[in-house]
Amino acid sequence: MSLLEAQGISKSFGGIHALDMCSISVEQGSVTGLIGPNGSGKTTLFNVMTGYERVDGGQVSFGGRPITNAPPDKVFRLGLGRTFQLTRIFPRLTVMENMHVAAQRTDLKGLFSRWSSTDEQKRALDLLDFVGLTSLKNLPAGNLSYGQKKLLEFAFVLIAEPKVILLDEPAGGVNPTMINYLTERIRTLNQRGVTFLIVEHNMEFVMGLCSKIMVMHRGTKIAEGAPAEVRANPAVLEAYLGD
Amino acid sequence: MRIFKLVGLLVLLALFIAFPQIFPNPAVTTIAIFALMFAAATTGWNIFSGYTGYISLGHAAYFGLGAYALALICQHWNIPGGYQPFLLVPVAGLAAAIIAIPLGWISLRVRRHTFVVITIAMFFIFQLLAYNLTSVTNGSIGLGLPIPISWGGNFYNFPFYYVMLAILLVAIAISWWVRNSKYGLGLLAIRDDEDRALGLGVKTGPSKLAAFVISAFIVGMVGAVWGYYVESIYPPSAFDANFDVALALMAFLGGLGTISGPILGALILESTQQYFTLQFVSSGYYLIAYGGLFLIVILLLPRGIIPTLSGRWAKYQITRQQGQQGRATLVSVLPTPGGGADSAERKEGINL
Repeated sequence: MSLLEAQGISKSFGGIHALDMCSISVEQGSVTGLIGPNGSGKTTLFNVMTGYERVDGGQVSFGGRPITNAPPDKVFRLGLGRTFQLTRIFPRLTVMENMHVAAQRTDLKGLFSRWSSTDEQKRALDLLDFVGLTSLKNLPAGNLSYGQKKLLEFAFVLIAEPKVILLDEPAGGVNPTMINYLTERIRTLNQRGVTFLIVEHNMEFVMGLCSKIMVMHRGTKIAEGAPAEVRANPAVLEAYLGD
Repeated sequence: MRIFKLVGLLVLLALFIAFPQIFPNPAVTTIAIFALMFAAATTGWNIFSGYTGYISLGHAAYFGLGAYALALICQHWNIPGGYQPFLLVPVAGLAAAIIAIPLGWISLRVRRHTFVVITIAMFFIFQLLAYNLTSVTNGSIGLGLPIPISWGGNFYNFPFYYVMLAILLVAIAISWWVRNSKYGLGLLAIRDDEDRALGLGVKTGPSKLAAFVISAFIVGMVGAVWGYYVESIYPPSAFDANFDVALALMAFLGGLGTISGPILGALILESTQQYFTLQFVSSGYYLIAYGGLFLIVILLLPRGIIPTLSGRWAKYQITRQQGQQGRATLVSVLPTPGGGADSAERKEGINL
């Protein structure tokens, strides 16, 4: 069953068609890769699905529910979390405070509770432990290294227990040891039932991790299938190497 | 540690309560009233601008609105001078807050520099209205407030001092609650990266508007008490552009986005300014002294007093720990999963 679906999405910036009748679907419990040359519309598709950009046409649905043009906060509360290509954390908040931002509560009790209430503190600590940042919890997040920031962003998205996580180039600019570390974490979470959609240029990482890969070119999906199939697909080779 | 902090705060509070009894001289209590007034207003301003990073240079509009609201209420209901007008101060604050709702909603649609410019423009609209809506505001002739005739001598300043102190305490309580609540964490997240916060489920729009209205309420109450204290209000004195700049400068001096910073900044700046004005008023030297003080602070404490000092304290603690436990701990304090060696990046300042 497909959990996250985009159908016939179009999005233009001026005269540039970033997305042109693009349709994708992500199966529940899968780790799906989304690859394609630079400028093929992968990040725009992420932005459209998470409410950061409005669509010009087409529908997005999540768990059977239409979320086309829903605002980012609503999309997130429904259980669709994401990270950004250029990691976005809160640099002047401490690592621990960063963890709590996503654990918002909308009821009145949330308004009056301190963010450092004990049960949430414990969950945040567990997650920091999961990504190996526990010892840095009181540092301002702006002082972390690039790779640590990526892990932090990953961890604070997890605190809200999203059903699907969209990762935008999680391995970009990160050293190989960290990539292995991240791969292992994604696998663990996937076994616990979290669905992933990953945009990545690091082929080794994508091919090793994903069960299914979709390829985008010029704003639309040109191929999909198991890693081996996609690698052998002439249309994909053409998109990457040029015609 | 907590007990020490609590006792320290109680002693400080006792000192503030005893202050006019120890120094009953009106020249001193007048300075104290103005210092408390700015401390309360800056704390209120900081709840919005300090926490969200949206620098408002238009809060003088709510100060003036509070003053005019109290004057109009007292006029229409023939309230005599005495303690009664103080009971109406929250009503005046509420009036300012209600007007802040549509204004905040409009101005918060934009960010950063544009937001600053819009708040300034809104402030000038209110000043112009005060001049020109003569049927309500009496134009440049101004409005009078009831005069408490029965209060005389040294005692005259006492009620105003304690009411200002009470408003300051309310403002601090609200500021403390916001800083420690989930709601406030959302505001701080907005300051650092608003779109990211939105993508993590923070309701950024309503959060910002609520903070804006809360700060307008506090500044409005302060304006009302000020109006009652000075007895008659005029468009340029109630809607004073210098007031806007003063709030921002005091918050910057003490430390933007901290609880104690704005209070400290206001107490230092306003009392020195009032003192210099009294001492050197004929020579005009007070302006030089004021400017000099400011330059020194900017040179030595660019982040504001509280953040700079707490930063130094944290550094001192770390070096002391290292001294005790040797270098091995330094390594264990900063492990890097995957050994990221990127240099630490520092981002400071405001959301501009």
